[in-house]
Amino acid sequence: MTDTGNETALTPRRSGLTRRQKRALSRGAQYLIFVAAVVALAVGADWGRLQNQFAQVDLAKQLFPDIITLALKNTVLYTLSGFVVGLVLGMVIALMRLSSVGPYRWVSGIYIEIFRGLPALLIFIFVGVAVPLAFPGTEIPGGTYGKVAIALGLVSAAYMAETIRAGIQAVPKGQMEAARSLGFSHARAMISVVIPQAFRIVIPPLTNELVLLFKDSSLVLFLGVTLEERELAKFGRDLASQTANSTPILVAGLCYLLVTVPLGFIVRRLEAKAGEATK
Amino acid sequence: MSAPKSSATPGAAEIDVRGLHKSFGDNEVLRGIDLEIRQGEVVCVIGPSGSGKSTLLRCVNLLEEPTKGQVFVGGTELTDPDVDIDAVRRRIGMVFQQFNLFPHLTVTENLTLPQRRVLGRNKATAARVAAENLERVGLAEKAEAYPSSLSGGQQQRVAIARALAMGPEVMLFDEPTSALDPELVGDVLAVMRRLAHEGMTMMVVTHEMTFAREVADRVVFMDGGVIVEDGTPDQVITDPRHTRTRHFLSRLLDPAMAEVEEETSDLVQGAPKPPVTKQERPPTPPGRGV
Repeated sequence: MTDTGNETALTPRRSGLTRRQKRALSRGAQYLIFVAAVVALAVGADWGRLQNQFAQVDLAKQLFPDIITLALKNTVLYTLSGFVVGLVLGMVIALMRLSSVGPYRWVSGIYIEIFRGLPALLIFIFVGVAVPLAFPGTEIPGGTYGKVAIALGLVSAAYMAETIRAGIQAVPKGQMEAARSLGFSHARAMISVVIPQAFRIVIPPLTNELVLLFKDSSLVLFLGVTLEERELAKFGRDLASQTANSTPILVAGLCYLLVTVPLGFIVRRLEAKAGEATK
Repeated sequence: MSAPKSSATPGAAEIDVRGLHKSFGDNEVLRGIDLEIRQGEVVCVIGPSGSGKSTLLRCVNLLEEPTKGQVFVGGTELTDPDVDIDAVRRRIGMVFQQFNLFPHLTVTENLTLPQRRVLGRNKATAARVAAENLERVGLAEKAEAYPSSLSGGQQQRVAIARALAMGPEVMLFDEPTSALDPELVGDVLAVMRRLAHEGMTMMVVTHEMTFAREVADRVVFMDGGVIVEDGTPDQVITDPRHTRTRHFLSRLLDPAMAEVEEETSDLVQGAPKPPVTKQERPPTPPGRGV
């Protein structure tokens, strides 16, 4: 039984096609599908209406400079303030996660599970609605900016905490030992030796988190903001309904890409560099 | 060769280990170690891997916490729970097998950061001491380099300079040349030899028998978590009294011959064993030299 099995496996099977022919056939089929899809899109879609609705140059021109000086500026502000809150909180949670004190580990673990498991939108609603209800009379400092910073910070802290924890654990144990043997206390060794090295490791994933936050800042839409506080998504949507045309949405989208594409490029560069350094 | 020993209270015990036990879980790595190292003495600790020699060294500055027993350095009991361990460690320099330089700092910064953060020295003093010690290990020209651009031997010499910059009374070396390419070992040993001649108290875990023979005042042979033999290099390396010491040395000097010997010893003991026994369970240790 096994003998015959071995024999058939050893004799080359004749399907009539060489390996090169098979490869050419598979490649040809893939190109065919691609071309068919492009043609279907070009012929099937009503480009005139689409252009009318999404790409009116006059309308696009009217969006400037407000879409940059107001909307993009606010998006950047929301993102950066959320990132700073998230980074500080994430650092604290990461250190709690690595603490030798049990309750610190549990609390940080629960925090991470909750905030990674909830949609960011719910956190925004929670911060915008539930917190003012729960603590009447207390205002989150900074108005909308403060709320956004806290909502984005709460979400991103959970992700950043896990990233930073992994970064700290990736620093070789010998670094802590060398520092301790020189007389550093545990805390000083962490601050002067381990954390600076951990941050080098986590810069690419943290930059990636910045890109995610940049997009998540569009959730401000659900907080109810004044005209001056509008960011890209809200700005685009407002003008779209004012003008009964979707061109502002397209332009707002391009503004997002203006930032996210270069950032993504930087992340890949940093990752490649980090990969080289660890060789 | 007689080394000029340090002047203060010659012959006083600088390192004193008493009844030391260390277990990792159920694995008892040190089974009762007593060892005294006097000021200015150079002691090499040799033994097969898994014999507990590195663990012993790491217990001397409490990188490993002993399960039982006491460790004194310069008269201070490290194992006392009330002692400020960071303060004691400042007086003990340690050099690791893997160098453990701080890769995000330049060579000079590797030397100045601990001085400034731990000893509170000002920038100028720290820089001056750093320069002196880099000079001492022959690497003054590498002051601004990053560790990753140095060879293993250079990195280890910087690590020695970093420890020396703290002005330690004792230096611990944990297999300082084991991670080096053979041609780089010499420079590191030369620095250590000079340090020994300057009168530094040194405890060196090593496989470098030539170094041990030439530089050490005493050689300690460990196996299975106990000190089997302790004496001058001539006694322990040239004319070992114990079978286990002889075995270890012959295996180290001539692996092929060791196998033959091992086989015969198996015949004698009548117990079949794999040819490379890393850690054999020792009988109760015989009397110690000191």
